[in-house]
Amino acid sequence: MTCIPTPDYSHLKCYDSVYEPSEDSFLFLDALEQEQDFLKQINPLICVEVGSGSGIILTFLASILGGKSHYIGIDINEKASQCTQQSLCHHSIQNYDCICDNMLDSLSSRMRGTVDVLLFNPPYVPTPSDEVGGTGLSASWAGGMHGREVIDLLLPQVDSFLSDGGVFYLLTVEENRPGEICQLMAAKGLIASKVLTRRARNELLTVLKFIKKKLSKDDLK
Amino acid sequence: MKLLTHNMLTSHVKGVINGYPLKLIARKVEVKDVQFNSDFISRMLKKVDWPVLKKTADMIGHGQSLPIELPVDFESNEGFLQSAHHALMEVEIIEGDLECPESGRLFPIQDGIPNMLLRKEETAQT
Ligand SMILES: C[S@@+](CC[C@H](N)C(=O)[O-])C[C@H]1O[C@@H](n2cnc3c(N)ncnc32)[C@H](O)[C@@H]1O
Repeated sequence: MTCIPTPDYSHLKCYDSVYEPSEDSFLFLDALEQEQDFLKQINPLICVEVGSGSGIILTFLASILGGKSHYIGIDINEKASQCTQQSLCHHSIQNYDCICDNMLDSLSSRMRGTVDVLLFNPPYVPTPSDEVGGTGLSASWAGGMHGREVIDLLLPQVDSFLSDGGVFYLLTVEENRPGEICQLMAAKGLIASKVLTRRARNELLTVLKFIKKKLSKDDLK
Repeated sequence: MKLLTHNMLTSHVKGVINGYPLKLIARKVEVKDVQFNSDFISRMLKKVDWPVLKKTADMIGHGQSLPIELPVDFESNEGFLQSAHHALMEVEIIEGDLECPESGRLFPIQDGIPNMLLRKEETAQT
């Protein structure tokens, strides 16, 4: 397995307002590194990260896949979008755009069925519901009930935006009930699996993977 | 923001039925060198709304070399792919606005980043 260097993010000086890469971000990188052969093999054209923050994950994905894909980083925090842009630019990645938005709201319906790789390291910490909905630093961790309130906004969209054979990676903690998320997504016909699990201090982190099955000729009969 | 990304965006203000395409009002445009990859461009062109790209590029003065219609032989037409690459990937909107075709709501583009966020009262969910 080729070892992909961790993106250098020492140039970013915005951690009073943007999520600083942490254990969850690094687990995500390790999961993508482990998945690199699969990712290259599906030959993605359009890659989207929701909640791109510092940009560390999208930059890492781009260093795996190179110039044959277009990378879109979306964040609800405008400062985070600026950081993502700086990270990608700093690593000489050219095929990208950053958008400040809530989830995939501004992707036109034309984009349904075209996203080959979708990534989300969400705000997963269980908090009171009224802490959800900000656009500053609290948006990076405040996840509401079971830490699921923000995750649950994206889940219903995933199936329709993914291309056939496309893949969605999601980081969760135990409190988010990853097993239940897998069942929910499997019910929509996505193939769910665990990529990596790690305990970091008091959190049990897991990166989940969901593949949208390619329709074979048999399915169409 | 690249014209490729403009091609993918829509306005989702409450009550708007068709928020696409957004009208691009460009105040500062830069042209950046992006490495040309003919395979990438020809695959991407199958996902691009060509008339919208052509019209938008024309409006900001970068559409001269683009044909009105996508050529039938686009996948093997290297000269055309180069022009499409330029329009899709190299023209960067640094400052400007995206205007919702129905409501007229302006979404600002600053430092190359479009801000599509709506205020609470503009969103469909309450
Ligand atoms: C845990 S941080 C992850 C940041 C970065 N991807 C990383 O791994 O270090 C979650 C990110 O999601 C963003 N976010 C939260 N709610 C969002 C929403 N509704 N739409 C888009 N981004 C959101 C936050 O601003 C934050 O940058």
